[in-house]
Amino acid sequence: MSKVLDEYIRGITTDNPIFGLVLGLCPLLAVTTSVENGIGMAAGAAFVLVCSNMIVSALRKQIPAAVRLPIFIIIIATFVTIVDMAMEAFTPDMYTQLGVFIPLIVVNCIIIGRAEAYANKNNVFYSLIDALGSATGFLLVLVLMGGIRELLGTGAIAPFGHTLITVPINPATFMIMPPGAFLTIAILMAIVNYRKAKKLARGD
Amino acid sequence: MVEESLIAVLINGVFVKNFLLIQFLGLCSFVGVTKDLKSATGMSGAVIFVMTMAAVASFIIYTYILVPLKLEFLTLICFIVVIAALVQLVEFILRKHVTPLYRSLGIFLPLITTNCAVLGVVMLNVMNEYPFIYSVVFAIAAGLGYMVAMLMMASIRERAEYVNVPGAIQGLPHAFLVATMLSMAFVNYFKVIPL
Repeated sequence: MSKVLDEYIRGITTDNPIFGLVLGLCPLLAVTTSVENGIGMAAGAAFVLVCSNMIVSALRKQIPAAVRLPIFIIIIATFVTIVDMAMEAFTPDMYTQLGVFIPLIVVNCIIIGRAEAYANKNNVFYSLIDALGSATGFLLVLVLMGGIRELLGTGAIAPFGHTLITVPINPATFMIMPPGAFLTIAILMAIVNYRKAKKLARGD
Repeated sequence: MVEESLIAVLINGVFVKNFLLIQFLGLCSFVGVTKDLKSATGMSGAVIFVMTMAAVASFIIYTYILVPLKLEFLTLICFIVVIAALVQLVEFILRKHVTPLYRSLGIFLPLITTNCAVLGVVMLNVMNEYPFIYSVVFAIAAGLGYMVAMLMMASIRERAEYVNVPGAIQGLPHAFLVATMLSMAFVNYFKVIPL
């Protein structure tokens, strides 16, 4: 049981796709203008990640090592096509907001990275747990960044029409424009680095 | 049909909708390959070339194979295979005929397959329903914009080697702070160039 939990937590902490492995930056910066978009993107990526990890893991003994990357890409592209069509049909507003970044899930390094580094070597159940862990890690970072940018950029966090928090500030539109994304990720990464350095200095 | 003029597509691609700094496409190489100017130049050259070729190839495949056969749902899978094949082809040609360039590009060449900028260009071409000449011009513009941003970033980071940066900001956070300022400059093209 504890191994299952460890594998899950690992995707959120040490192997966090963004802060641990620095993968999947393009969608992170592009779609986090609001919490809502962040959740939509994370949901799409999570579906593809879970499905492709399980399929790759189930087929890992059949896939010849020499051509494994093209095969991974085809498997991932299949699921991305499913997500693309499903989102266009059921959440058309979100689909227009996310735009080209839905088909671009296919070149998201997180998904192919997990397929190559984990699913290719482990059984289906642990691959599922690993995928869920990484997906949760990705979701948390997207929501965090979306929250910071939406709050500072519009003065409120209002995902899916429910206003959660409002602050009485003069909204800085800068934060929901492209430079705001670079600034937010720079500061978040600096905080993570600072904490890592401190931990290292304490010796644990 | 598209109402924009070709010049508008070109300027839009290079400055107003710069792929790296405004649209966030291809950021992995933006922070990964900009530690020195030489590799940034090589990478940009390879990306421009692959982008243009990919735009041509994907247009032909989409218009003359996928649309007549009503196979549009295979667009994504086809394009990614086309790009992968194209990168492989470019690699073979360079290795056989232009060996020095091949050596200097090294690992960057295969990495272009997973560069979202290239897939981004061909997907945007389909989404905007650009005709052939527009697709090619858009691809070249996107590639040039990519090069402009890469070269600026690389020259700044080369000089930043000699700057005393606080511990926590060294490395990636510093790169992103530089990108913030470059992006601030590019965002203002929205206002400067009325298209």
